[in-house]
Amino acid sequence: MSLSKADVEKVASLARLKLTDEELSTMTRQLDQVIQYVQQLEELDTSGVQPMAHTADLANVFADDLLRASLPRDAALANAPKRDDECYLVPPVLGD
Amino acid sequence: MSLIDSPATELLQLLKSAEVTAVEVTQAYLDQIARYDGRVKSFLSVGSERALEQAATIDQRRGRGEPLGELAGLPVAVKDVLCTDGWVTSCGSKMLADFVPPYDATVIARLKAADAILIGKTNMDEFAMGGSTENSAFFPTTNPWDVSCTPGGSSGGAAACVAASMAPLSIGSDTGGSIRQPAGFCGVTGLKPTYGRVSRYGLIAFASSLDQVGPLASTAEDAALLLRTIAGHDPLDSTSAPVDQPDYLANIDQPLDGLRLGLVREHFGPGLDDEVGAAVGQAIKEFESRGARVQEISLPHSKYAIATYYVIAPCEASSNLARYDGVHYGYRTDEAAMLADLAEERKQLAAAGDEAGLANLDSPLMRLYRLSRSEGFGPEVKRRIMLGAYALSAGYKDAYYVKALKVRRLIRNDYDAAFRDVDLIVGPTTPTVAFGLGEMVDDPLAMYLQDLYTVSANLAGIAGISVPCGMTSTGLPVGLQLQAPPFQEERLLRAAHMFQQATDWHTKRPTLAAETP
Amino acid sequence: MTNTAYETIIGLEVHVQLQTNTKLFCRCSTSFGAEPNTQTCPVCIGMPGSLPVMNRQAYALGLKTAVALNCQIPEFTKWDRKQYFYPDLPKGYQISQFDLPMSEHGWLEISDPKGAFETKKIGITRAHLEDDAGKSMHDEAAGRSDSRIDLNRTGTPLLEIVSDPDLRSADEARAYLSELKLLLTYLGVSDCNMQEGSLRVDANINLHIAQGERTAATPIVEVKNMNSFRAVERALRFEANRQFESWQANPVELGSPGGHKTTRGWDDQMQITRIQREKEESSDYRYFPDPDLLPVTATEADVASVRGALGELPAALRVTLAKKYGIDAYDADVLVNQGRPLVAYFEELAAACDDGRRASNWVQQDVLRLLNEMDATIDQFPVTAAALGELLKFIAAGDIDNTRAKDVLQEMIDAQSSAAEAMAKLGIEKVDASDLESLCRELLAANPAVVADLKEGKMKAVGALIGQAKKQNPNVNPAQIKSICIELVKQL
Ligand SMILES: [Zn+2]
Repeated sequence: MSLSKADVEKVASLARLKLTDEELSTMTRQLDQVIQYVQQLEELDTSGVQPMAHTADLANVFADDLLRASLPRDAALANAPKRDDECYLVPPVLGD
Repeated sequence: MSLIDSPATELLQLLKSAEVTAVEVTQAYLDQIARYDGRVKSFLSVGSERALEQAATIDQRRGRGEPLGELAGLPVAVKDVLCTDGWVTSCGSKMLADFVPPYDATVIARLKAADAILIGKTNMDEFAMGGSTENSAFFPTTNPWDVSCTPGGSSGGAAACVAASMAPLSIGSDTGGSIRQPAGFCGVTGLKPTYGRVSRYGLIAFASSLDQVGPLASTAEDAALLLRTIAGHDPLDSTSAPVDQPDYLANIDQPLDGLRLGLVREHFGPGLDDEVGAAVGQAIKEFESRGARVQEISLPHSKYAIATYYVIAPCEASSNLARYDGVHYGYRTDEAAMLADLAEERKQLAAAGDEAGLANLDSPLMRLYRLSRSEGFGPEVKRRIMLGAYALSAGYKDAYYVKALKVRRLIRNDYDAAFRDVDLIVGPTTPTVAFGLGEMVDDPLAMYLQDLYTVSANLAGIAGISVPCGMTSTGLPVGLQLQAPPFQEERLLRAAHMFQQATDWHTKRPTLAAETP
Repeated sequence: MTNTAYETIIGLEVHVQLQTNTKLFCRCSTSFGAEPNTQTCPVCIGMPGSLPVMNRQAYALGLKTAVALNCQIPEFTKWDRKQYFYPDLPKGYQISQFDLPMSEHGWLEISDPKGAFETKKIGITRAHLEDDAGKSMHDEAAGRSDSRIDLNRTGTPLLEIVSDPDLRSADEARAYLSELKLLLTYLGVSDCNMQEGSLRVDANINLHIAQGERTAATPIVEVKNMNSFRAVERALRFEANRQFESWQANPVELGSPGGHKTTRGWDDQMQITRIQREKEESSDYRYFPDPDLLPVTATEADVASVRGALGELPAALRVTLAKKYGIDAYDADVLVNQGRPLVAYFEELAAACDDGRRASNWVQQDVLRLLNEMDATIDQFPVTAAALGELLKFIAAGDIDNTRAKDVLQEMIDAQSSAAEAMAKLGIEKVDASDLESLCRELLAANPAVVADLKEGKMKAVGALIGQAKKQNPNVNPAQIKSICIELVKQL
């Protein structure tokens, strides 16, 4: 299986990236190389093996439902690239 | 021995006995930074003023006989991947160049509670992705042993600053080798603790199931000192292990009698540099001469570790980095220019009667996301985001992501089996010593293969340490890696200390040249 | 199948906000109506480095609901990231559950006392926990070019309850929602306030149309933006008609070209559904297990203890009330549908007056009417069940009639007094038996025509005497006057 430019363009859109034509070519070549390498995993028989998403053998970690102070609004918004006194601002979100 | 060349444990004694003041110690390191960091470039920001202020306060408190934290007066450098309240935390990225966290990472809070002096934030590969610190959005760090070489990465700044005596202790993070590899390249001691040993709260995530914070220092003893402060259960991190914390320093002097060392057959295959292999072989003999029994073991799935890692890590990264979208914090594209470009594109498409093109044209919000992210992230970060988004996308997830998770379990099973026969696993930290700046920037896969010996520990969640064990003919340090079963850091540190009692590689320091005028 | 020649297939997705103090993964408040962006922290803003920790209470409320919905609770459940970009989703993913939800395969029984449909079990596909998004506000009228983002709601715990496509009409959908809401209210897991968004409903609807031997399915439409149960009912009714008309004009089947699932929004003003703009690209959520969160396990013992602590739920309570108090199923339904506090009031009242039917009548006719007038809930009702019980006992003893008793209840409310005090204030006192008898003799003597009628068995004639008796002494009990007069006539 090898990666096409169109595949890469689709993924870029999914990942909200915009690549120039040149970046797209380089990216396609480099990703393809890595994908080819990674495909060696296929040779392993993993039937019956449980996927391991965590190494920590833990479960049922909870916090109690006790209120803690939130950030003051100005501190919350301090890093926002565009804001007014109350909210973050973005180009119009239309529809739903 | 000058102040800045003393191990942290000794400095701490001098501070406690008031033979030196915290201000003197801090000033000495700040002077060293001022003289040499122009060449090494290990720091992204140095907090001279606040460090000296804090040092003065500690001296006053000590003078008044007040109780002080366990690291009182010791400077600590911190990789810029950990959030520091009110202090820019960039993660080596243009994306976060101006990001000022409103909170401290748990590790930072613990250092502050221990009265450590945060001397500066160290350089790193952007979002900890890389093995050379060349992926920093700001500048590459150089290797203090040879400034034409990389210090390794991603904790390149953290390793280089300790090697160059600009800080006695530093904090790094390790997702696939990012503490151990630069420690090896720079000739310092670097420990990746067991997953869950140190809180990740406030650690800017690269790959959450692999990331772990750990100490870099001149000696195993110093690493133990720093680990003791930063480790321990944290209710703010669900994956933090609720396990007892030993005092890593208490028994570090006791040699490990009858130590069983496992030598991984697969780690001595093709690709291993001869000089590295020789130095590691010598180190193993050293252990044997001190009573260790060495036996060959096999980690049959270790050859799949890189492939496994380069699926799992990018998948998690692509998700962890989705939050950087130019809305709530971080870099945002020039909106006026973006809107003007969009209007122009629309005009041209309309003029050409391109209906499909018009329909597919980004909305302003979409374009804002895409430009902010494309301009804010560097090429390696984009590559990994793309790789992860691809491997998780519909139709590919089972073949890549789920498959990799299964192989990950096989890799862990290998370790569990091996540790039934041996106490520690020993081998090289990296296949080669530090490589030249720019040597691998155009070959991502070659760079990834550098992680051959280190990624398995992250995939399995076990502990590992790199200690200096030799020098090549070109004068570059060689790292020896020891790996231990989960939560056996104490054993790991004792073994490393045992080795350092017998050798002096860890005491070697590069000769630095001040910045050329 | 009805005579409309098609069957309507409906499944509902309900999101309920769980009533916790704090958010699902951080300890910010979940209270509604705060100033924008005053209830956020690094975790719910999704700031770099922050990590989620699951709210114990949110999980407990979710589990309680799932058990009450007769769901199977798997031993192992985990949390996944559902990834998409939106400004009110600061992490770039929602933490939800994908392939191993915390509960599946339950059911909820619905019935219609009016008999519009048969009592039936509606399957619950799954119920899972997830975090809510924030709010995007766009006010074109104010001439703003930017949307404003408020993250207060971000991270509020939601339970998504997905029904099987078992509903066959808008009526059934409405009944399902009412019963579900009642259950959630009984469990105390949510305030189910639709205005504040604590309960949100999306519907999937299509038609199965008989085509000779086979059945054709119309493309599934997801209907959104329904802000009340009434809106759900109307939107579904509209959508079923629209799909049928659309089919007749142009028969496109589910899965055929042009037969993909679409999303339509309910326009409450126009009373129509409108096609919604598709998201910017076909969504590929790239679900994967959240590495920051650990799995949750539930043993059979855990589930049993949750089940044991549920208390009596509406369906069972209806049966119990009818049986225990000898009231009609219809009355039990009315009482239960008013919620647990009213049922408690009723039960206390029934015990106090030792008469379930009388208590049921009084609660339904008087207490509910007064609550409605006062715009109050039963907790705010000024007359305790014990005090009202006292009044009902006076009625039972014949000390006062129903009509006068209503005046007494009003007086009890107005003057905050007991039944006895209120009766005294209104001058209602028990009339002595000998006084009553002498009064009746006087009346019979003064009304020979009535006596004649009574002798002929025209018992209604006694009414005239009751009127006169009340004029002379408003405290007399009409029933007693009636029986004494009849008895006296017999003796004549
Ligand atoms: Zn919060």
